[in-house]
Amino acid sequence: MNCEIFENIIGDPAAYGRQQQAKSAKPIIGYVCSYTPEELILAAGAHPFRIFGNSRNIELADEHLQTYSCALVRGALEDALAGNLDFLAGTVFPHSCDSIMRLSDIWRINVNLPFHCDVVLPVKLNTASSRDYFMDVLERFRLDLEKHLNRPITKSDLRKAINTTNKIRGYLKRLYELHHDNPATPKGHELYTIMRASMMMDRQDLLSELPKLIENLEAQSPKETANKRKRIVMAGSICEHPDIYSIIDEAGGDVVWDDFCSGARYFEGHVDETAEPLSAIADRYMNRVVCPAKHDGLSNRADHLVSLAKKRKADGVIFLLLKYCDPHAFDYPYLKSALDNEGVPNILIEVSDQLPAHGQLKTRFEAFIEML
Amino acid sequence: MAEKDPEKEKRKIKSTAKMQEIMTNYYMEAKTAADTGKKVAWITSGGPVEPLVVMDVIPVYPENHGAMIGASKMGVDLCEKAEMMGYSIDLCSYARSDIACSPTDGGPIGGLPKPDMLICCNNICGTVLKWYEIQARYYNCPLFILDTPFCHTRYPEEAEKYVKRQIQEYIAFLEDVCGKKFDYDRMQEVGRMSLQGQRLWQAVLDSATHRPAPLSAIDAFIHMALIVTLRGTQPAIDYYTMLLAEMNDRIAQGIGAVPRERIRLLWDNIPIWYRMKWLSETFAAHDACLVADTYTSAWCGTLKYLDENDFLGSMAAGYARIYLNIGVDEMAKQVVDLVDKYGVDGFVMHSNRSCKPYSFGQYDIKRIVQEKRDIPSLIIEADMVDERHFSEGQIETRIDAFMELIRQKKRQTGQKA
Ligand code: SF4
Ligand code: SF4
Repeated sequence: MNCEIFENIIGDPAAYGRQQQAKSAKPIIGYVCSYTPEELILAAGAHPFRIFGNSRNIELADEHLQTYSCALVRGALEDALAGNLDFLAGTVFPHSCDSIMRLSDIWRINVNLPFHCDVVLPVKLNTASSRDYFMDVLERFRLDLEKHLNRPITKSDLRKAINTTNKIRGYLKRLYELHHDNPATPKGHELYTIMRASMMMDRQDLLSELPKLIENLEAQSPKETANKRKRIVMAGSICEHPDIYSIIDEAGGDVVWDDFCSGARYFEGHVDETAEPLSAIADRYMNRVVCPAKHDGLSNRADHLVSLAKKRKADGVIFLLLKYCDPHAFDYPYLKSALDNEGVPNILIEVSDQLPAHGQLKTRFEAFIEML
Repeated sequence: MAEKDPEKEKRKIKSTAKMQEIMTNYYMEAKTAADTGKKVAWITSGGPVEPLVVMDVIPVYPENHGAMIGASKMGVDLCEKAEMMGYSIDLCSYARSDIACSPTDGGPIGGLPKPDMLICCNNICGTVLKWYEIQARYYNCPLFILDTPFCHTRYPEEAEKYVKRQIQEYIAFLEDVCGKKFDYDRMQEVGRMSLQGQRLWQAVLDSATHRPAPLSAIDAFIHMALIVTLRGTQPAIDYYTMLLAEMNDRIAQGIGAVPRERIRLLWDNIPIWYRMKWLSETFAAHDACLVADTYTSAWCGTLKYLDENDFLGSMAAGYARIYLNIGVDEMAKQVVDLVDKYGVDGFVMHSNRSCKPYSFGQYDIKRIVQEKRDIPSLIIEADMVDERHFSEGQIETRIDAFMELIRQKKRQTGQKA
């Protein structure tokens, strides 16, 4: 499968960002978490660009952040301080975990970008007052964007943006389904590449690329016949390590779905195009399964994971947790026991900035997959 | 029996015994609540306790419990138990030790009394949200979350509106769980008592502006127990009245917290509970006293937002704008104010791997304070409860070097060192 465009973007996001900045008049707005309402950035005529924190050799960020912060936060700050994000016109920080919250402060003080915006969304997503507050925050975000990007954001701009993101989400989901039905096309790491690039790429370009890709895949993908390979669902915050797909693959497993905020959670949920735009955007977040830094009842996330494992006929679940990530680490024992109760085998892999050694990881996956 | 050292005796704070008595009674009452028919609520340290007092509910503070666990050096064992339960070693050690206490009735007081409800206010961190969700599942009891939006650079009106609405929801929740009406007149009274207690606590802390400081931050860490747990009650007011009188007395007699106070230091972050005595002695050996801190002042830091005649109405701002719920630059400003107010010569920061919201940003605060006030600062890497992250030798060496730096600076500026 040819996904060179996507590979190039994730291979060197800074080069891509700078190139976009040079050729297009759209300001590029960075953001750090899937709770950032991209629709508003798009509606403001800007280009939403997700910051993943690619830096692994942390030097500059060490002056500002202790080593006990997650690789994502440290890597993002390093990128910013090293000038790898100099093409950004600004950054948006939604309130999610404590680490992102403080990253925003440190960023505002030390990274000189023209626009810094905190979108302090509610932490509870299951009450009427939190929904009203959510709306107020979106409205304030809209005004902040208008002011800083110096252009009005109308309802029709919002509708257009919603339509764009809905389509993109639909395509990404379709790709996930194709992979689910036939893990060989697209392969796990290809899907990873496309997903990740989708959050950085110009969305209009993306809109024209994705359908071509899908058409291609649909034409070539013969239905897989049953085989002995095991079906794996991955869960956790974010996957930063495409190698993991090939290691699981070598060990005899196929990652058929995930519950990552940089994966399936990104495209889940549809924004109602007939409703009042901001209200519809809020509703998508209120209805979507929550990230562990948010609250929606006491069993929402376990229910989701169990039903996901069932729906995707998973033989096993691999938790991929980023070291020093509090929200996910707190949820792990309860999610694990929910899976245990349903008889879904699972293992935990904790990664810091690097994956554990290839051989060691492969042995663990093999042992796990053999047992399934 | 060894002779008591009269020097040491003189320096001991006499009110401590009274406080211990009050705390013992408080925990006894809480532990026997099931027999007396009173309800127990677990509440976060920054949570709005006053409505609980109005409803005659006994508030219990898992974080205070965590501090006790740390001080009695039971932290490592409990943290390890939590790790066996699947909780990562990198999580907050208050949370870890409390979670491990529940199924084992462990800790210095054999576990906390079972909660009838949980009140979680996220003005201190996101950890408490996860922690209270876990306990709500474990105890299968109702959970109320007071969501106080983080104030990076401002406290916007939509946040105020949201928190105010939640305070109404909180009251409705309490009425529901307790099966009785909320008494708004009593709320006025409790609010007034809460403010009075906070003012007294502020006055106690202020007494350390005197040279020599009659109490140190280490003392404040111990004596803060009541402003946290019994805020809004008469015993807290009576106790702090007594403690304040003792402080004034000590000032009159020239009794300082350390024998020879030459160097005054400011402490940042939660105490290293299992090494407080050691730290205080190590500093005292250098004639240094930790005269103030950013932690204990959190329980009187929002007095400016609270209105005695409308406690309920002003509570939203009072709880949303506390020290840990504001941006790093704003925190740095408050630190600079403390430096000036207490006339400190150096800044000691505990980089506490348990508490990310308190610790991330410290490096910038350090830099800002240094730029603004040019005083030396020291960062101690540790954990408040989990001793496995404490390296005594290394820290001692760093303290020695830090003290030498301060002395040098004092000599340069012609002060007595
Ligand atoms: S990985 Fe975890 S700690 Fe890191 S930014 Fe995401 S939620 Fe926060
Ligand atoms: S993370 Fe920090 S503020 Fe939160 S409970 Fe732990 S020590 Fe307290």
